[in-house]
Amino acid sequence: MKVVKNIGLVISLIGFAIFTASIFTGKNKVNEEAFNSWASQQVKSEYFIENAKKEIVGKELSTAQLTSILIENAKKSNEYHKSQQEIAWEKIIWIKWNKTYKDFVYPLARASATGWVANNIGLFFLVTFGFAILGGLVYFGADYQLLGPPGIKNNGIFQHSATNRGILGMVAFVFFVGFYMLLYFFPNYLINPILSVNGISKGLSGNDSSQWFLYGFMYCAVMTVFAVRMFIKYRHNNYQIVRTAVVLFFQIAFAFLIPEILVAFNQPWFDFKNAWPLNYTFFFDWNINNLIGSGNLGIFMLVWGILLTLVIVPVMVYFYGKRWYCSWVCGCGGLAETLGDPYRQLSSKSLFSWKVERWLIHGVLVFATLMTALTLYTYFAEIESWKEVVFGLSAYDIQSSYGFFIGSIFSGVIGTGFYPILGNRVWCRFGCPLAAYMGLVQRFKSRFRITTNGGQCISCGNCSTYCEQGIDVRSYAQKGENIVRASCVGCGVCSAVCPRGVLKLENGPEKGRINPTQVLLGNDVDLLELMNEK
Amino acid sequence: MEHIVIIGNGISGVTAARHIRKLSDKKITIISSETPHFFSRTALMYIYMGHMKFENTKPYEDWFWSKNNIELKQARVNSIDTENKCLILENNESFPYDKLIIATGSKPNKFGWPGQDLEGVMGMYHKQDLEKLEKYAPNNKMCKRAVIVGGGLIGIELAEMLHSRNIPVTFLVRENSFWNGVLPEQESEMINKEILDNHIDLRLGVNLKEIKSDEKGQVKSIIITETGEEIECNVVGLTAGVSPNIEFVKSSNIETNRGVLVNRSLETNIKDIYAIGDCAEQRDAIGQRRPIEAVWYTGRMMGETVAQTICDNPTEYKPGHWFNSAKFIDIEYQTYGWVWAKPRENEARFFWQYKDGKKAIHINFDKESKEFIGINTFGIRMRHEFFDNVLTEKKSVNHVLAHLADANFDPEFYKQHEQEIVAKFNKEHGTNIKVKKKSWKRIFSKA
Repeated sequence: MKVVKNIGLVISLIGFAIFTASIFTGKNKVNEEAFNSWASQQVKSEYFIENAKKEIVGKELSTAQLTSILIENAKKSNEYHKSQQEIAWEKIIWIKWNKTYKDFVYPLARASATGWVANNIGLFFLVTFGFAILGGLVYFGADYQLLGPPGIKNNGIFQHSATNRGILGMVAFVFFVGFYMLLYFFPNYLINPILSVNGISKGLSGNDSSQWFLYGFMYCAVMTVFAVRMFIKYRHNNYQIVRTAVVLFFQIAFAFLIPEILVAFNQPWFDFKNAWPLNYTFFFDWNINNLIGSGNLGIFMLVWGILLTLVIVPVMVYFYGKRWYCSWVCGCGGLAETLGDPYRQLSSKSLFSWKVERWLIHGVLVFATLMTALTLYTYFAEIESWKEVVFGLSAYDIQSSYGFFIGSIFSGVIGTGFYPILGNRVWCRFGCPLAAYMGLVQRFKSRFRITTNGGQCISCGNCSTYCEQGIDVRSYAQKGENIVRASCVGCGVCSAVCPRGVLKLENGPEKGRINPTQVLLGNDVDLLELMNEK
Repeated sequence: MEHIVIIGNGISGVTAARHIRKLSDKKITIISSETPHFFSRTALMYIYMGHMKFENTKPYEDWFWSKNNIELKQARVNSIDTENKCLILENNESFPYDKLIIATGSKPNKFGWPGQDLEGVMGMYHKQDLEKLEKYAPNNKMCKRAVIVGGGLIGIELAEMLHSRNIPVTFLVRENSFWNGVLPEQESEMINKEILDNHIDLRLGVNLKEIKSDEKGQVKSIIITETGEEIECNVVGLTAGVSPNIEFVKSSNIETNRGVLVNRSLETNIKDIYAIGDCAEQRDAIGQRRPIEAVWYTGRMMGETVAQTICDNPTEYKPGHWFNSAKFIDIEYQTYGWVWAKPRENEARFFWQYKDGKKAIHINFDKESKEFIGINTFGIRMRHEFFDNVLTEKKSVNHVLAHLADANFDPEFYKQHEQEIVAKFNKEHGTNIKVKKKSWKRIFSKA
C-alpha cells in the first residue's frame, strides 16, 4: 500500500510539474485583428500602437517577450508624449506592477495564446489537472489502510518537514505565494493553465476561461482531493465528515457552478453565500448598478445580500455560533479546512498573537465598514467615485487600496500562501472582517460554546496544538471553563483530538454558558461552592 | 514574608503554587530537577509520536511564572533538615523554607530483575525517559523490537508510542487479561483485542525473568519466566506501576510508609510540612479510595486544597465522587463512581457492548435498592456533571438509563446508542424504562 501511495504521489507531482512548467512556456501569436481590438480598448496613444504593432503582429513570441515588448513600448511612448510641448495625459499608459500586467498585458496575451497547449487543451488538462487530481486521490486514498484502524492518527506531524516548517514546508510556501502573486498581479504568465480549463468554462458559461475561472476550478479540485483526505483521516468522526461534505458542497455549488450557470443565462455572476464585509465589493457602485440593471433576479440578489449580512448571519450565529459560516459554508474556511488541515498545528497560541489578532481583525472590520460607508455616501450623493472626498482621497482610491492590501495581499498571498508557516487560518484569524463581525456576535450574544467536561482535563495540550485559530483551548479546559472565544470557528478538531473526552461543541441556553471556576468539579463539594460563589 | 517552598513542578505542586498565589502574596519557590518549567506529563507520549512538540506540552507560557511572582529553581533536593527548616540541595547548598510542600510524584517500579539497569532499559515517566527512548528507539532500524513489561496504563501508552513508529512490540502482562485488577472481565477482554488489532504481540500471564546484555552493556534480549523463551530486543520498557518518589525524604524525621504519610489536611507529622499528589499517602484511606492515588486529578485537587490550608483557611482534603479517564490506543475510557473488577455482594451489573466491539458501557448498581454506584464507558463520552449529580443525589440505575441522552457527551452527529442500551437493560431486568429526549433544561438546571 505504501508503494501505491508513492505512485500516487509521483503521478500527482508530474501533474504539478507540467502545470508549473507551462507557466513559463506560454506562446503567443498576435494577429492584426486581435491587436486592433485590444489596442482600441486599452490605448489612446497612436505612437504606441504603431510601434508595438510592428514588433508584435504576426510573430510568434513567448509570453515573456510579448510582455516586455508591450512594457518597453509603453515606456517609450510615455517618454515621447511627455517630451511634447503639450502633454496629452490621456495618452500616457500608467505602469504599475500590481495593475499593468493584469489589466494591460493579460487581455492581449489571453487573446493571442497559441502553441501546443492551445491546440491540445483536452490532453493538457489531463496531464496537469487530471494527473494531479488522480495522483492526489490515490495518495490520500492509500491512507485508508496505512493509517491503521479509525481514530486520531497525528503520528509524525511534528517530525515531518512538510508539516513542521521544514524544507518541504518552505517549498509549499514558495509555491503558494508564487501562485497567488501570479494569479493576482501577473496572470499574463498563467495563460497555459488558464487554457487548460477553457473547455470546462465554455461548457458551463459559454465564455472563454479567465484567471478567475482557473482559480475557481483549482479551488474546487484542491478542496475535493483534500476533502477525501479528511473523510479518511476522520472516518470515525461524523461531525468532521458531515462538516467537510457540506463545506465542499457550498464551494462547488454556490461559489463555482451556480455563478457560472447564471452567466450562461446572461445573469450577473453571483455567489449567494458570500456575505459583506467578506464580499467587500458588494456595495461598490458598479456592483449595485449591475444588480439593479439585471431585472428581478438582480434586485433579489441585492436584497438577499443585504438580508444575509444584516439578518441571516447574526441570527444564525446566535443559534449555532459562527461555525455555521466559517467552517460549514465559507470558501476561505473550506480551503483552510481541507488543503490547510495538515498545517493547523502551526498557528501560534501565544498571548502576544492573540493581541495582534484582535487589533488586526477588528482593524480590517473598521476599514471595510468605513470604506463601504464612504462608497454608499458617494453613491447616493451622486459624487463621482474618482473625486477626492476625504483627506485628499477619493472613494476609488480607498476601494483600490482595500482591494490591493486586504483583498489580494492579505486574504490571498498571506492568507493562503502562509499556511505552511503560520497555520491554515491566517486570513480567517487575523484578517477576515466578516469573521470579526460574527465573532462579536458569538462572544456576546450566542448559544454556542465548547463545553468543558467537568474536571476531566489532563492539560495534555492536544486541543491547543491543533486549534487552527490559535486559541489556547487548554487554558480554559484545565480550569473547567467553557470556551466562548470570538475567534472559534467550530471546526471541532479540539474535541476530536482530546484523548479524554473533555470538549464538546454545543448550542445551548445562554445561561451558564460562561462559567468561570476556581476549583474544578470532582473536588470537595463544600470547597467548590465556597470558591466558586465568591 | 512567609516563604513557601514546593518540591516538584508537576500538576500537584504547580496547582498548589497557583492557588497560593491567588489567595496571598507569600513568597513561592518551586524546585524541580526535571525541567525548568511545568509541562504535562500525560502528554509526553505525544511528543514521541509526533503529535506535539515539547513546547506544546507546557500549559503556561514561560513568562507566566515571573508575572505571577512564582520563583522557579532547577535543582535536586538531597535531604530535608526539618530542625533548621531548610533543604539540602545536591551541591550542598542549603535552601531555607517557612512552609514546605512535598510534591515529588512517582517513579517507575523496578522489582530487582537481573539486567534492569542496562542501557536501553527505561521507564516512561520522566522527561529524561522520553529522551532515552528517542535515543534507543528512534525508528525500527535502530530498534528491531521493544519489550514492555507490565500491563497498566503507562504500558499500553508506551506500546502505542512504539507502534506509531512501526517498531514491533512484545507486551508482557503478568495478569491473565489486560489491567483486570481494575477493569471487569468484559472491558479487559475488549482492550486485549484492541492491543492485538494493532499488531502488538500481547503475552498474557507471563513474567519477566531477566534482561540480557550484549558485550556493550546494552539490552540484547529478555527471558520469560514461565516458558523460558528468549525474545531479542533493543529496548525494554519497565511499566509495572509506579511508587512514590520519596527517597530523599527518608533520611529526615518525616514519617513515611510507601509514601509520605499525611492526615486529611495533607499535613505530615512535622509542622509546616505538607505532602500532596502521587507521593502522599493518606494515614486512613478516604472512602473506597486507595491511600495512594497516582492520578492527575487527585494531584490537582490536593494542590487546590493544600493552598487553602496554607493561606489560613484550614481545609480537609475531601475529594468528591471518584472519576478517571484514559485512552487505550483508539478506545477512550471514562469512569464515574465505582465499577470494581469483580462485583461485590450487594452489586448487580449491566453490560452493553456495541457490535463493532469498540464501544461499551458497564453500570454498577445496588441489587436491592437499585442505587447507581458507578459506570465504565468505552468509546462513548459522558458528562461528568451528570454523573456527579446522580451520585450525590443517590439516583437509581433506572433514572440514569432514562436520562442517558442527557449524559451523552459525544460530538454532534455521532451515532446514539441509548435506545439499544436501554432495550437490552429492559430485556434483562424486566423493566420498562423509556429514554427521555435530551433536555437542555435538565442538563443546566443542575449546573
